[in-house]
Amino acid sequence: MRLKAHALFMGACAVAALTTAATAETITIATVNNGDMIRMQGYTDDFTAKTGHEVEWVTLEENVLRQRVTTDISTKGGAFDIMTIGMYETPIWGANGWLIPLDDLSAEYDVDDILPAMRNGLSHDGTLYAAPFYGESSMIMYRTDLMEKAGLEMPEAPTWEFIREAAIAMTDRANEINGICLRGKAGWGEGGAFITVTGNSFGARWFDEDWKAQFDQPQWAEALNFYVDLMTEAGPPGYATNGFNENLSLFQQGKCGMWIDATVAASFVTNPNDSTVADKVGFALAPNKDGVDKRANWLWAWALAIPAGTQKADAAKQFIEWATSKEYIELVAEKEGWANVPPGARTSLYDNPEYQKVPFAKMTLDSINAADPTNPTVDPVPYVGIQFVAIPEFAGIATEVSQEFSAVYAGQQSVEEALEKAQALTTDAMEAAGY
Amino acid sequence: MARSATTKRKVINTTAAWIVGLLIFFPILWTILTSFKTEAQAIADPPIFLNFDWTLENYGVVMERSNYMRFLWNSIIIAGGSTILGIIIAVPAAWSMAFVPSKRTKDILLWMLSTKMLPAVGVLYPIYLLFIKLGLLDTRLGLTIVLMLINLPIIVWMLYTYFKEIPGEILEAARMDGASLREEVFYILTPMAIPGIASTLLLNVILAWNEAFWTLNLTAAKAAPLTAFIASYSSPEGLFYAKLSAASTMAIAPILILGWFSQKQLVSGLTFGAVK
Repeated sequence: MRLKAHALFMGACAVAALTTAATAETITIATVNNGDMIRMQGYTDDFTAKTGHEVEWVTLEENVLRQRVTTDISTKGGAFDIMTIGMYETPIWGANGWLIPLDDLSAEYDVDDILPAMRNGLSHDGTLYAAPFYGESSMIMYRTDLMEKAGLEMPEAPTWEFIREAAIAMTDRANEINGICLRGKAGWGEGGAFITVTGNSFGARWFDEDWKAQFDQPQWAEALNFYVDLMTEAGPPGYATNGFNENLSLFQQGKCGMWIDATVAASFVTNPNDSTVADKVGFALAPNKDGVDKRANWLWAWALAIPAGTQKADAAKQFIEWATSKEYIELVAEKEGWANVPPGARTSLYDNPEYQKVPFAKMTLDSINAADPTNPTVDPVPYVGIQFVAIPEFAGIATEVSQEFSAVYAGQQSVEEALEKAQALTTDAMEAAGY
Repeated sequence: MARSATTKRKVINTTAAWIVGLLIFFPILWTILTSFKTEAQAIADPPIFLNFDWTLENYGVVMERSNYMRFLWNSIIIAGGSTILGIIIAVPAAWSMAFVPSKRTKDILLWMLSTKMLPAVGVLYPIYLLFIKLGLLDTRLGLTIVLMLINLPIIVWMLYTYFKEIPGEILEAARMDGASLREEVFYILTPMAIPGIASTLLLNVILAWNEAFWTLNLTAAKAAPLTAFIASYSSPEGLFYAKLSAASTMAIAPILILGWFSQKQLVSGLTFGAVK
């Protein structure tokens, strides 16, 4: 009898082991090299312990990743089971049928907890195609000591006019302090993104409702002239080639009075290990032109999506539910503190009293909530996206336009010449694309 | 008088060579130095040259985060495999072009080289689709074949140049002594062209080791070599230059050491037949 029970038990164990072996899979995930993503890789064991699935990571630089996953998804190559993509790609790829819809996530996952701005930006026709791992907007980071020295006080929601006044007052060329550091580097995701949101805050837009380019309109000339004048008076030398990293480096070394950029930078500039000004940083909403109801802040999310070519959709979905869950946020908070959890994705995070103590938490949420991808500027537009236009042609066009603008920043041509060229090249490209 | 002029010339030449050498080596030196700095020291302005607290922390982080040995092994297999495969195909091709040229040999040589003029990205999609069909995506075999094909024109050209320097009469004599074609190529021609073959081999290992378009685009997790290892540490949003430098140093170290030890063969091979 005892022998029989023993045999039965062993048999049950064998069946259990076989079932696990049959369902346990190895999924390959393509991702970007940034702090939150690398941290997630460190917690993969937790996912494996819960589900039995193994994970292989392919980490690439953002632009390399974008090209790599585009090649794979457009050919249904199936090299990846999960791809880390942004708000620009998600609606386009979703519309193409390249992504598996995330419309059957479990009840515990609580999809309604995802911030509405993020959910809208990662959906096409109301269907969610990618789950946000972390989200960001942009805001002003400024030196509280320099602001005080200049005898000014930063309002919570400043105008461009105030920013200009403060930037000039904070500039101290003898001590290599620039009043303001902003992106000028060519590239649609670099300087292109910044000048687009600046345009929004002056009431400019990329296209009218008939998809006609709008660079010949006065709002663009006003925005671009303002930016160039501001940077000439108070920006660092050579700003035409400065992107996120260059400005981060300048700010951390105490060479910028203000910096308007991604909210994710807040954790870098307040980290005493890397930043010499960690305890002197204040935050404010991105500015607008006096009288214009739109601010110069963008909206972005790094999100996880499942390509239609994968053979392991179920395991991939389990991973996405794990990585973008409330439990994952709690896991990181428990191990590394609340300042290190992935921000900007879930409403419940901002309701958490512990997280509310993080200095940049409120400003990040306010900035994200102030961004409306379907209504990015004053006049109506036919597109979705704030610092981009979610059509496949945009990346190419905006890179060329931003090159023309960077040539202005480098003193190689005038604002009028650049806008004329931008108008012509955008019109040509859109006509060729059949708009 | 003549002697002093020669000495003066020697000094000028040596100085010029050292300056050029240091200029070329400086970015590598800077990468190595940066890999021992903290992230804050890596971006310090003015830059710190040697006066910093040397740390191995970046190497620790890189070793903990990535499976370096897997990337290294993939690089060795892909670079070595593609070069050996290339040499096996190129030796007979170069032999026929050098010793039994036809009317079209020059055209064929030029046509082969012209394939190098096409930007790689122009054939990315056809090759990617082919790889999916053949199941070669993210395999070392697939990359070995592609890198061999990419470097084949250079291998053939280099071998052709070396073979041209070998007098055809020697091969003719071997034939008269009854050597078969196989014996002629393997026992007479190949031993005589060893310096040329060795330098071709080395140069192609270096080219394949550094190739960063196909190795990034045709791999995912399994076959990714050291180029993908470096790419995983580059970031447009975040200053991780010290870690990136540590990863770069680890990726270039093997090939740098190989180049250092074989520089005599490399130089003698590259200058083989240069002075007539």
